[in-house]
Amino acid sequence: MDSFRPHNEAELAQLLSVPGPAFELLAGGTKRSIGRPMDAPILDLSGLSGIVDYQPGELVLTARPATALVEIEAVLAAQRQRLGFEPPAATLLDASRQQTLGGVLMANSSGSRRVTAGSARDHFLGFRAVNGRGEAFVGGGRVVKNVTGFDLPKALAGSWGTLAALTEVTVRLVPAAESESTLLFASTSVDAAVDLCSQGLGSMFEVSAAAFVPDRGVALRLEGLVSSVQSRIAGLLATMGRTVHTQLAADESRRFWQRIGAAEALAGCAVIWRLSVAPRQAARILDDIEPETFQLDWGGGLMWVGTRHLDARRVRGALRGGHATLIRAPEAERCANAVFEPQAPAIAAIAARFKAAFDPQNRLNPGRMS
Amino acid sequence: MLAPMICLPQPDAAIIARKAEILTGLRAILDAADVIDDDLLLRAYETDALTAYRQRPLAVVLPHTTEQVAAVLRYADREGLPIVPRGAGTSLSGGAVPVADAIVIGMGRFNRILEIDYADRCVVAQSGVTNLAISQAVAGRNFYYAPDPSSQIACTIGGNVAENSGGVHCLKYGLTTHNVLGVEMVTPQGEVLRLGGRHLDAGHYDLLGLMIGSEGLLGIVTEVTVRILPKPQTARAVLIGFATATGASACVADVIAAGIIPAGLEMMDGPAIRAAEDFVQAGYPLDVEAVLIVELDGPQAEVDELIGRVTGLAKRHGATSCRASADEAERLRFWAGRKAAFPAVGRISPDYLCMDGSIPRRQLASVLQSIAELSSRHGLRVANVFHAGDGNLHPLILYDANRPGELDRAEAFGSDILRLCVDAGGVLTGEHGVGIEKRDLMTYQFGPTDLEVQHRIKRVFDPQLRFNPGKVFPTLSRCSEQGREHVHAAVTRHAGLPRF
Repeated sequence: MDSFRPHNEAELAQLLSVPGPAFELLAGGTKRSIGRPMDAPILDLSGLSGIVDYQPGELVLTARPATALVEIEAVLAAQRQRLGFEPPAATLLDASRQQTLGGVLMANSSGSRRVTAGSARDHFLGFRAVNGRGEAFVGGGRVVKNVTGFDLPKALAGSWGTLAALTEVTVRLVPAAESESTLLFASTSVDAAVDLCSQGLGSMFEVSAAAFVPDRGVALRLEGLVSSVQSRIAGLLATMGRTVHTQLAADESRRFWQRIGAAEALAGCAVIWRLSVAPRQAARILDDIEPETFQLDWGGGLMWVGTRHLDARRVRGALRGGHATLIRAPEAERCANAVFEPQAPAIAAIAARFKAAFDPQNRLNPGRMS
Repeated sequence: MLAPMICLPQPDAAIIARKAEILTGLRAILDAADVIDDDLLLRAYETDALTAYRQRPLAVVLPHTTEQVAAVLRYADREGLPIVPRGAGTSLSGGAVPVADAIVIGMGRFNRILEIDYADRCVVAQSGVTNLAISQAVAGRNFYYAPDPSSQIACTIGGNVAENSGGVHCLKYGLTTHNVLGVEMVTPQGEVLRLGGRHLDAGHYDLLGLMIGSEGLLGIVTEVTVRILPKPQTARAVLIGFATATGASACVADVIAAGIIPAGLEMMDGPAIRAAEDFVQAGYPLDVEAVLIVELDGPQAEVDELIGRVTGLAKRHGATSCRASADEAERLRFWAGRKAAFPAVGRISPDYLCMDGSIPRRQLASVLQSIAELSSRHGLRVANVFHAGDGNLHPLILYDANRPGELDRAEAFGSDILRLCVDAGGVLTGEHGVGIEKRDLMTYQFGPTDLEVQHRIKRVFDPQLRFNPGKVFPTLSRCSEQGREHVHAAVTRHAGLPRF
């Protein structure tokens, strides 16, 4: 395996520019169980690690992709900054391993703040990478505002290592909020819960996240200056005509949203689906699926659904737009079913040509997204 | 060294020779009135807001439905005809400049808002709806569409998707790409696709993210679903004067470093301040070399606190004047000068070129200094009016196209500025797009492999390279002699639009 562990971009490009096997790309390995299983030697990218440039005044960070997320978060926290898309912990998948920044971007993995602050792809400014032809290339840039050429960071975010192996990434940062607080409301139905989320997110009080967990109720988070958070809570409650069930102060609020982001409520489920839908569809979809357990984030638009059996036809059949991704399932089921949402034929044809443009020999994560 | 004249691709004489047959083909698909070939009427489509370049197309079609767009594109695919998509024609980079053998597809008839969904906070609009019309349609319920390019009263949401348009508020609220949920589009082969929808993020490759900012090279958008946001509770602005641009630049860096993300953070330099003040009397200080407008929006308590912090930072950086808006009228007055800056500069010079480089914020002071040096070297004046908060420069190069060679010198100066931006760690364009204007500089920012990777994506969608030919990617094709005419008063087109 050592021969497939490049230490820099040149070694990686060399490896892929000569004929050879297809590889499973791996760095932290937390998300290895997502996607079709691959029978391919591992291309160990963990050597491409370390922060390259961090200027707090620029709100921009450049790092090699295998840099551990915890390392980046610690460095940012020391400057009172953070990643705006709130990458969720991977405890549902493999808590024994370390997520990397590159892995989070390749999975476009975004947490609860995504609904108001954008997803990983929205904070992904630029990169260096090596494609399946062994060509080193750049996409995007290192500045926050850039429309020069095609938006390749968008193309690579969520591509699960099937187009190119990242060698360096640049992300935008946001200031950390000085304070946060979470309001919990009881809700009698999913429809009512989504309505409540919608009221909060549609208000002028800058709710930064809105979720529904059946045994806790609807959660609305407010972040910002201490004085601002308190006055917004008062304004929000008055507008909604609601009495608070519970209010979580800063530390408790942070722990609450970490659990939501990691979807810990589903930890015991044999099969887990992650659905992205129009929020108002959530209640009907749950009626159709009848899951064992579930939680809603993104104001109802992100559904975590746990079922006993795979039920792929039932889950995907419940969608009217949006998509469902299989997050946890026995390996045999992942071999037999599409893990990612099947695309319309015309789009699938473009996606296949798109993949071939980067990786014509299908050497990078072969079959993972098929 | 003069910049080479920007070339449009050489038209295919065989296509032009078939004009009558092609018009017949198009009129079999569309009503006769929706196919324009009258030379006088075609003049309305010969350029966009990069008015130094003009070229009448073979024909213009104005379809009403997605199916008509698809039918025209299937016909063009069969016949091998170039296509130039067009929204309102407000591109500052020549993104909608036609070529002589192309059919321009004007999307002006796609002017209906199809659905407003307050519960899921989105609007579905046909692609020819103007940017501002979306905000106006939801204003009654206190919502708005965040990206606000300066041409928003005219530019279309479809054009915004093509260019990934920004605006004053994108520092806090993002560009078009951060605010679009889905599109319906037609491929160069005439296939109708839906990318995205009302949900967030893609379930497979993010082709929607790729379409946004693709400058009409990959297909034509017929419908757009955008996110709408609740209007902030309040907005206040601070107008700050500095004796030097360096002082203003340092203040910008410190505001951002202090963890404050203003809704807008704009800078004007001395020439721009004086031109604007002369034009609209916004009350700007005239004894300074830079002003900043810092706008904070959001909940009242937060805005008031942050205004105090920004004022403190300004004083620490030696601001010579600093005034926070006391009411909405005063806030709008602060903006009046900024919003009138481009036409104001148009009053002090017969013509100007608006550049659009983007740089790391910490390079602001040194890049502004280098631009001043280039100004003396090229013998042309420059005024700077720009989005300082996100490092997006808009140097306005003043010239007179009636003086032989002056446009060439202005373009050479502009190219030097953009190379300077790239050298400073930045990029050629922050929000106006590459178009034809910056196409030949792409090789300065990107290496051959980088460009080939992008061009392969172009060929995934458009293997015959028929969509918006001559844009974005440098080509080896020979220059069309009809390419550039020297047109005086380049700012007269859309003169009524604010430019910022």
